[in-house]
Order: sequence, then structure tokens, then C-alpha cells
Amino acid sequence: MTKETPSAAGLAALIAAHRDLPGATLPMLHAIQDAYGYVPDEALPMIASALNLSRAEVQGVVSFYHHFRRTPPGRHVVQVCRAESCLAMGAEVLEAHVKAKLGVDFHETTADGAVTLEPVYCLGNCACSPAMRIDDDILGRMNGRRFDAVLHELQQTEGASA
Amino acid sequence: MSVRIYVPIDSSALSLGAEQVARAIRHEAAVRDVAVDIVRNGSRGLFWLEPLVEVDTPQGRIAYGPVQAEDVAGLFDAGFHQGAAHSLCHGPTAQIPFLARQERLTFARVGITDPLSLDDYLAHGGFEGLKRAIAMAPAEVVKEVTDSGLRGRGGAAFPTGIKWKTVLDTPAAQKYVACNADEGDSGTFSDRMLMEGDPYCLIEGMAIAGLATGATQGYIYVRSEYPHAFRTLQAAIERARAAGWLGASVAGCGRAFDIDVRLGAGAYICGEETSMLESLEGKRGVVRAKPPLPAVSGLFGQPTVINNVMTLASVPIILARGATFYRDYGLGRSRGTLPFQLAGNLRHTGLVEKAFGVTLRELLEDYGGGSFSGKPLRTAQVGGPLGAYVPASQFDVALDYEQYAAMGAMVGHGGIVAFDDTVDMAKMARHAMAFCAVESCGKCTPCRIGSVRGVEVIDRIIAGEERGRNIALLNSLCDTMLAGSLCAMGGMTPYPVQSALKHFPEDFGIDKTAAA
Repeated sequence: MTKETPSAAGLAALIAAHRDLPGATLPMLHAIQDAYGYVPDEALPMIASALNLSRAEVQGVVSFYHHFRRTPPGRHVVQVCRAESCLAMGAEVLEAHVKAKLGVDFHETTADGAVTLEPVYCLGNCACSPAMRIDDDILGRMNGRRFDAVLHELQQTEGASA
Repeated sequence: MSVRIYVPIDSSALSLGAEQVARAIRHEAAVRDVAVDIVRNGSRGLFWLEPLVEVDTPQGRIAYGPVQAEDVAGLFDAGFHQGAAHSLCHGPTAQIPFLARQERLTFARVGITDPLSLDDYLAHGGFEGLKRAIAMAPAEVVKEVTDSGLRGRGGAAFPTGIKWKTVLDTPAAQKYVACNADEGDSGTFSDRMLMEGDPYCLIEGMAIAGLATGATQGYIYVRSEYPHAFRTLQAAIERARAAGWLGASVAGCGRAFDIDVRLGAGAYICGEETSMLESLEGKRGVVRAKPPLPAVSGLFGQPTVINNVMTLASVPIILARGATFYRDYGLGRSRGTLPFQLAGNLRHTGLVEKAFGVTLRELLEDYGGGSFSGKPLRTAQVGGPLGAYVPASQFDVALDYEQYAAMGAMVGHGGIVAFDDTVDMAKMARHAMAFCAVESCGKCTPCRIGSVRGVEVIDRIIAGEERGRNIALLNSLCDTMLAGSLCAMGGMTPYPVQSALKHFPEDFGIDKTAAA
């Protein structure tokens, strides 16, 4: 999950690639976050200028959506579902376990920069509750033991590639 | 002769290890020198059996599940590639009672075909509806949809044909079809399953909507929590375009229709139609006041058909088989079928497409097999996080838009979340208000402020502070939200709250006998 470091040239290219789409703001922001893991400050005036918007308007859009981040996340993002179906299947116990295991609360990143923890309301995996998402992988029928195993695997791969 | 083996590529199947299973099958087959043709299908919707592997045999498709990668060698040892018996074998898939008793119209192909194969789609009746629509006048197509009785499957249940007629009758140089695939309701996953398992069905439905109303551009707004569905749709659109089913001349008819997929960004409110339009336009997903109706002035100010995935995916079969065929399912003013989604604390979770009129008890007990935990089922929330909690005493009411509305509940998008008797309903009521506070777009006061106050009042009730006064206050607050909110977000958050309070007062510390 190592992302590039934002550069003015990189941002300009991503913005140029999407500026002609009708309703280009979201596709642009997605492209930027996909490339860098977050939407850096310097992107805002560039998007504003490309789309003939004010910086405040762009800031308003970025801040409205839960998906967009303004700071770099950890190397992995873990989302734990807090919606009803998962609650019916013990999501609160899972949430407490994950928080204790990682030593962070929601919207925080572990001290080693490995994992950012976020809440999510529904991953559409309600037939296999409780669910969570690690990066782009959705996981079902989770419990503390399975989470520990997946986390261990992540740490192993990180160790191997370091 | 190679053996055809189906391993689902549906998100839920993947979340349980389907990818590892497919890899293990490929590996074992190579080691044993067995020729296999692995097809990555959608899910059959029997999620307690996922990953559900199917083997094509002369006796039909034989089901094995739930299969984990470590089971694969044993399955080969037993001869599963010839459909042999094994402890994970469930016999012919089509005869599994959960599936055999369904009425699958919208989901006819999901789990059966290779989602991206146009040949498969055509071989299973695909594009029959579009071909028929091309031969008809736009007004006739609209009439067919009206006559079918199809109502919006996103939750609001507005008659689809009437919406289409408004768009058809509104002159404009540019019209749009906007498909709402922002399936944010907890307990729902039918849109996702269809987009991942039969994307051409949605594409065909949108093309029919376009031809029927004069719209030439379609957008599918998919939530960012559905990365697999997003990629499947993109690939399917590309292939449909290359084959001439989309583009400047749809199937050579001389009329244009094309589709673009857009990704949401984690905002529940963008499932509200006007908020979705704002988001598609690149803005904050703030709800618009109506009128004007989107059918008159919608996306970029132009007439726009906005329908949910299930609505649009039901259109091809209506056109292919005729309005009467579809209308014959259901009861009262709820015609056709609804893909119900069984979630939460159930043994057999999954997708059950049935005609309207089925009861919650049938779905929870006959299909769902009762609670997963083995404890008694206490309640089910029907219709997503804004739906009411239905107590066991009402499990026998027929699922029908009007009968549910009459008891202060809603069928919505057909999501059903079951809870056993360990659920704390005061906590669930608080959760509904807290969810609204997080997800409110902030435009209207009853929703923005009401939800925050709602959490506070429920906290005081739970803590036992002036319980009687605070319950009166909560009910008054709910009335304000219900009557004064701009959209269903604030307007329906009282449903789960007040149904919990009404049916489970003891969870709020109220003496049950005194509460009446």
C-alpha cells in the first residue's frame, strides 16, 4: 500500500485527466486520494482553478464526504462496520477487540504508522456479519481471532518487503 | 473434456475466502492433471454456504459449501469434480429448498452466468427486453412499465412508469438516466449482488429507460464501499459498448445511449435522490428542495429519470415477458417481486426474491432458519436504518407497501436485519439518532439538530433522569423530525426510534403494563 509522495506535477496531471468530465470534482478527488492516500492541501487551489470554483467550495466538497482524508493514513486502513446487521452479530465486541489490539481509537493511526482505524456504516456484506475492510479487501464473519490472524499476516508481508 | 467449476467472485464470497478457493482448485487440478474450466460467477445468494463451489455435471450443477481452501484437496480425493458425495455436498443447487422456493425474476441470472460474458447473457434471455423496446414507440414502452405496476425499489415505491412519463413529456435537448447505486442501508446488498453478478441486466434496464424517455446519457452512482461492483460495471460497460449495445446507435437502432459510472465518497445521504444529483454534479451532497421534481429539472438542471438498481434491473424482464407477466406476481398495489435480503442474526442469511405478500415469519423462519445464536428472535428491522423495528407479534403481516405503511413500518429496499433476545432496543434507538447525526447533510434543522438532541434525550432516558418527561420530549422531537425534515433522512429516523420505544418500552426502563 505504499503510496507516492504528492508532487505539483503529479497533481496537475491527475487534475488535467479529469477536468473535462461533467461534475469533475469527485472523480478528481478520488484520483488524487487513490494516488497519494489522501488529498493534500496543495491540491485544493489547483482543483479550484481547474474547475473555476473558489477554494472554499472545493474545501466544502472535500470535508462533506467521509471518504476523503486530509492527512496521510497509515500504510493500511482498517474499517470496522458499525451498522445494524453487524451490531446484531457482535460488532461491538469486535470493535473493542480491534481497538485494544491496535491501541488506537477510531480516526487514529498506530504509532508505527502501520494501521489507521476507521468506522464504516455498512459494507454491503450484511449476510456475513460482522464485516470489516482492510485496504480494498472486505472480510466477513469476523471475530477477534480472525482479525489477529489477518493482522499478523499483514505484519509478516510488511516485514518481508521492508 | 474439462470440468466446469463455478467459484463466485461476489464480494461476500470473496470476504469468506473464495479467491483462495479458486486458487486452490486451480493448483490441485494441475497437480492431479484434471482439466478444469473455472468460471467466476456471481453469488446464488445462499451466504451461509459461501464460498459455494458448483460443479457442472450431466445431472446439473452440484453445490459444495462452505468450501475453504484447505478443503479442496479432500474434495478432489472424494471426486467432487464428478459431482461425488462429500460432507460439504448439498446436491443439485437448484433443488436446495432456500433457492427452489424463490421466484427469481430480477435475479434470474445472478449466480448462474459468468457476469462479464455477453454470450452467457444472450444465451440466458439477455437483451430480449431491449430488442422489444427498440421496436416500440417510447410512449408504448412507458405504458408497458406503468402497466406492470413496478414501483421504485429504492424505498419510496413511487410508480416507475409515471416518473418515466414525466421525463418523456418534458421537452429538453438533453435528458439523463441516473441510477442510484448508493446502497447505504444496513442489511441490504441486492444492488451489489446484481451489479457484481449480472451487470448487463442493469445496463439493459438503463438503455430501455433511455430509449423510453429520450435520455441519451446515463450515470450509475456507486458507493465507494463497493470497489468490486464499481470495477465490474466499468468492465461490463466497456464490453457492451464494444459490442454495440451502448453508444451512438444502440443495437443499430439509430438512437444513442451511453453510461458512465461514478463513485460516491462515503456519504449515506447521497442515496437520497437530490443529494445524489448534487454529488454527481461535483458538489456537497446537500438535499435539494422539491419541487422542481428531478423528472422535470434534475441532473445539471435537465429532466432526469432517477431509479434504484433493482427498479432498472426489473425493467428488462417486464419488456421481454410483458407487463401482465410481471403484474401477476404480488398483491394489492404491490406488484411483482422484491429481492429480500436476510441479514443479521440468522442461520441462513442471503437473498430471497419473492412476490410481495410473503410474511416476515416465512422469511425469518422458513428461509432464514431462525437465529444464528439459537436464541429466540426478538425483532427485525425492515427497510434499512430508517426502517421500523418490527416485533415478533407482527411477523405475520404480509410484506406489502400499504400493509407495512399501515403499521408504521416500511418495506423500503427489502433489507431485513434480525436480532435475538440479547438486543438492547434503547441502545438501537440511540444508534438510529447517532447515525442520523453523523450522516445528516445539515440543510434542515429538524434533522441536523434534532438528531443530536435525540441522542441526548435517549441518554437521559437510559440514565433514568426524569424518564416520563424525557419520553414525552423524545416523542415531540420525533414528531418535529417526521413532519419538518426536508427528506427521508430526518423524516424517517423516528421510525426505528419510536418503534423501539412503542414495542420494547421495558428496554427504556418503562414498566410495560404502565406504558400502554
